Amino acid sequence: MSDFIILMKSELVVTTIIFLLLFVKIGKGMRNEKLLPLIQVLLLINVLFSFVFNKEGSLFDGMFSTTSLIAFQKSILSLAVYLISLLCSVWLKRSEHLPEFFMLMLSALLGMFFMISSGNLLIFYLSLELSTIPVAAMANFDLQKRASSEGAMKMILSSAFSSGILLFGISLIYGTTGTILFSEIPGQLDGSPIQILAFVFLFTAFAFKLSVVPFHLWTADVYEGAPIATTSFLSVVSKGAVAFIFITALYKVFQPLEETWYLMLVILSIATMVIGNLFALRQKNIKRFLAFSSIAQVGFILVGISAGNEIGISSVVFFILVYVFSNLAAFGVADVISAASGKESIDDYKGLYKTNPFLSWIMTLALFSLAGIPPTAGFFGKLFLISAGAAKANYIYIIIVALNMIVSLYYYLIVVRAIFIDKNEQPIDKIAISKTVKLALIICGAGIILLGLLSWIYEHIQSLTV
Amino acid sequence: MPAIIYILIPFLPLAGFVLLGLFGKKYFKSASGWIGTLLMLVSFILAVYVAYDYFSATSIFPRNVPVKYTWLVFSENISIDMGVLQDPISMMMIVVVTFISLMVHIYSLGYMKGEERYPTYYSFLSLFTFSMLGLVLASNLFQTYIFWELVGVSSFLLIGYYYDKPSAVAAAKKAFIVTRFADLGFLIGILVIANTSDTLDYNTLIATLTSTGSEQASSAAASTFLGASALTWGTALIFIGGAGKSAMFPLHIWLPDAMEGPTPVSALIHAATMVVAGVYLVARLFPIFSINTPAVLDIVGWVGAISAVFAAIIACTQTDIKRILAYSTMSQIGYMMFALGVAGYGGESGLGYTASMFHLFTHAMFKALLFLGAGVVIHYVHSNDMKDMGGLRKKMPVTHITFLIACLAIAGIPPFAGFFSKEEILLAAYNGNTIIYWIALITSGLTAFYMFRLYFSIFWNKPYQADHHSGHKSEGGWIMLFPLLVLALGAAGSGFIPFGKYINTDGIPLESHFHLQFSILPVALGLAGIFMAMWLYKKQNNRPEKLAASLNGFYKAAYHKFYIDEIYLFVTKKIIFNLIGRPAAWFDKNVVDGLVNLAGNTTTAVSESIKKLQSGRIQQYAIYFLFGAIGLAILFIYIWK
Repeated sequence: MSDFIILMKSELVVTTIIFLLLFVKIGKGMRNEKLLPLIQVLLLINVLFSFVFNKEGSLFDGMFSTTSLIAFQKSILSLAVYLISLLCSVWLKRSEHLPEFFMLMLSALLGMFFMISSGNLLIFYLSLELSTIPVAAMANFDLQKRASSEGAMKMILSSAFSSGILLFGISLIYGTTGTILFSEIPGQLDGSPIQILAFVFLFTAFAFKLSVVPFHLWTADVYEGAPIATTSFLSVVSKGAVAFIFITALYKVFQPLEETWYLMLVILSIATMVIGNLFALRQKNIKRFLAFSSIAQVGFILVGISAGNEIGISSVVFFILVYVFSNLAAFGVADVISAASGKESIDDYKGLYKTNPFLSWIMTLALFSLAGIPPTAGFFGKLFLISAGAAKANYIYIIIVALNMIVSLYYYLIVVRAIFIDKNEQPIDKIAISKTVKLALIICGAGIILLGLLSWIYEHIQSLTV
Repeated sequence: MPAIIYILIPFLPLAGFVLLGLFGKKYFKSASGWIGTLLMLVSFILAVYVAYDYFSATSIFPRNVPVKYTWLVFSENISIDMGVLQDPISMMMIVVVTFISLMVHIYSLGYMKGEERYPTYYSFLSLFTFSMLGLVLASNLFQTYIFWELVGVSSFLLIGYYYDKPSAVAAAKKAFIVTRFADLGFLIGILVIANTSDTLDYNTLIATLTSTGSEQASSAAASTFLGASALTWGTALIFIGGAGKSAMFPLHIWLPDAMEGPTPVSALIHAATMVVAGVYLVARLFPIFSINTPAVLDIVGWVGAISAVFAAIIACTQTDIKRILAYSTMSQIGYMMFALGVAGYGGESGLGYTASMFHLFTHAMFKALLFLGAGVVIHYVHSNDMKDMGGLRKKMPVTHITFLIACLAIAGIPPFAGFFSKEEILLAAYNGNTIIYWIALITSGLTAFYMFRLYFSIFWNKPYQADHHSGHKSEGGWIMLFPLLVLALGAAGSGFIPFGKYINTDGIPLESHFHLQFSILPVALGLAGIFMAMWLYKKQNNRPEKLAASLNGFYKAAYHKFYIDEIYLFVTKKIIFNLIGRPAAWFDKNVVDGLVNLAGNTTTAVSESIKKLQSGRIQQYAIYFLFGAIGLAILFIYIWK
């Protein structure tokens, strides 16, 4: 029993918060001004709590398992959720259904927790659904905006489609191996065509969630239509969680098919980087721009995953940690500006430095980190990913990856140039930033710098993967 | 001793930089000088405490690494660390750097008062001190490089402090570019060394390379390139970096121009600290230079000797007092360099090493004093030109006396500090290389001459005409005179420190002997130089012109600094620009840009043509999804089996 509580403590804390919110909702209700700080404190507690009382072990005959690496991954996700609650507080305060929004977000988070802890294909499938369906509802939260509903609709339809294929794959796996347990599948894999087919179907479900080309098409529409809180949740937390379980699935469950998935990753990562970059190049809207650039970033994550060893794991986990700070900072600034002035076009950012130096610097830091310019953390993140990817000595691949980095450098710098250099007759007015948002932006900025400088963080992650 | 003390020494100035840089302008505009000075004072006290603790503990001084933080690991052995290396020369250097910096901080309280960008000035000063301390304390070759560049940046900022003055901007740019060019050599040298010796850590580096028979030493000696071993190339390239920072011939052209910065800055950077970084670097790697690559050490010696005499000759003809001091600095650093060049490893032959560090120490005292004194004079007459001065001894007695002490010290007149260190250098040169010895001897006569030419021209010569310049007519208050007095004490007395006991090549204390017969010649030459200067410049007369006329061609050449700048301009503008630059520009414009444009246009075109993919229609998305899945399945089941 006590094992149960300690091993599942992250899930239990999140569930408790969900129920608290439910009671708040059915009670007489609180004003948003009061409720939001309370929720933020609860989420902070959730983050802090995720670092203590960690124990390794498994429950329910191996259906659920946790290790210190998994606990760390859950901490990253909790941290990201907390930062989102701070960054989007202006929008959240205005929302009519604040408790519901957090109930949905935390349910999705709960699903992700179960997903990265899952030890069995059915649990995996269930938690994957739990982590997806609430997000579709979250995408629909700008009720008066048609694009928001459209995005949510597209998301739910495509995930249903993807789930169908995933279930097909799972049933084929069960049919050929006779088991759904992660620990037993590798022994039963012989690489027969039907198993490859099953594996491809499973693979597409991950690829869909990660927005890997050509399974990415839903991404831009959803990102653009959804409120920024949802978009940043999707682009950071969802992607992170799926990348974590993807590593487990490939490295542990489908280890015997390594040759197959390595090639698949190479092909798809190149396609993802190229397509993501090409689309990001021509975006004029900052949200769509960030959406496509985050597709390209996923391509880089796949490069790290393709390593197939401990360095692959640690580099991906580190990169996602960096990515949390960088991407949330970028989305945060975009949100502040769009909330205050309604402007979302990159052209509107011209001359931003003159009027809003703080926002400009944070945005620049974030974009530098996303582009991988030293000494920001993003540089080290990319460096580790690429050196992990080079482990297989496939140098042509690495050169292609590097070329894509150059392209991405170009379009990130276009935004920086707009902010600092381009002249504008009517720049965006000076924006008053609330203290909460400022705090979150400073945390992100500090994270971007410190993660690069403090080598012990990466070493800590490395020590977890051994 | 707790590690925090070592860390605080460089980090207090860093704190000053951050504090003053971020908040100085807004919150403590007038107090920023005192804040910076106070932080520097604490840092200085800590440095003295640490050094005292180190030197008084034992009589043999080990090379310790009390603080080490591994930052980036490249391979099993090669990593970039941030650490503190404790050995006699680093301990000496932190005292010198913090002391001179403190003096300059105090002096600037008066000198820079009322400047528009006063807090910025102090924040830059703190940044420079931090970088310099990081450089001297570095425990790893790459850490040295990082701080080396930081020193370059902060000196760029300080030289260009008067950024509305085009000449200051040009000087800052020149200093930066010339030293960057040299730093490239340093960087390549580091890579070569890292590659051959498989480490960047000073302790391991020196230990593995100098122990004969170690695997790295033999492999480093075995791999050759263009007839020299890899290690020879490595140390030679590192020396190029050092020569650039230390303004050695022919990379010295930035130093005179750098005098455009505020005068206290010149005292700190271009006299006592940054410019000796090159000497320090060679001294830091001295065992490798001396045991593994003696040929490079010969180059060091010759470059030093040539720079010494070359700069001394130019100094005799200049009229801008700061430029004279700049050339004098170059000449004195030349002394330190060739002292290292003629030294050997171990025992008596290591005298040059001791002497070099000794001279570095004493030179820091008297040269900072000279610059600060010159600053007072410039503050008073509002001109850098010797011709506008004269007869100032009555107007500024304190400056006069301290300046005289400094001149006597640099001229090598006993019992002032310069005498002792210069004697040791000459002795080392006498034992090491006779030609260099004679060059050094001539230079020491020249040194006495040009320094006293400066002295007599400022303080004697014609009576001072206090005419067109209005405003304050005092020496500048005690806040500016106090550092002069303290430094004068150093310039007068620091020669009595038994340096050989503390700093030597092999840890065995070196007895410093006093050779009376040996000293007669240099001192006599020095006195001759002084009398010559006195005869020419004490009273206004036409002897200098006559002398200049009789040496016509040579004088002109020296006056124009031997046309080195012009040669550089000719080579860069005419030869490099026409032969390489223009064709490269053509190639760049027509071929490279063409390709880039082609790539750009293609990318845009492709991007345009695939935009239909993103149609917004969910049915299509599902079809692509399905095709993707089926495509992968077919690929891996049928084709890639």
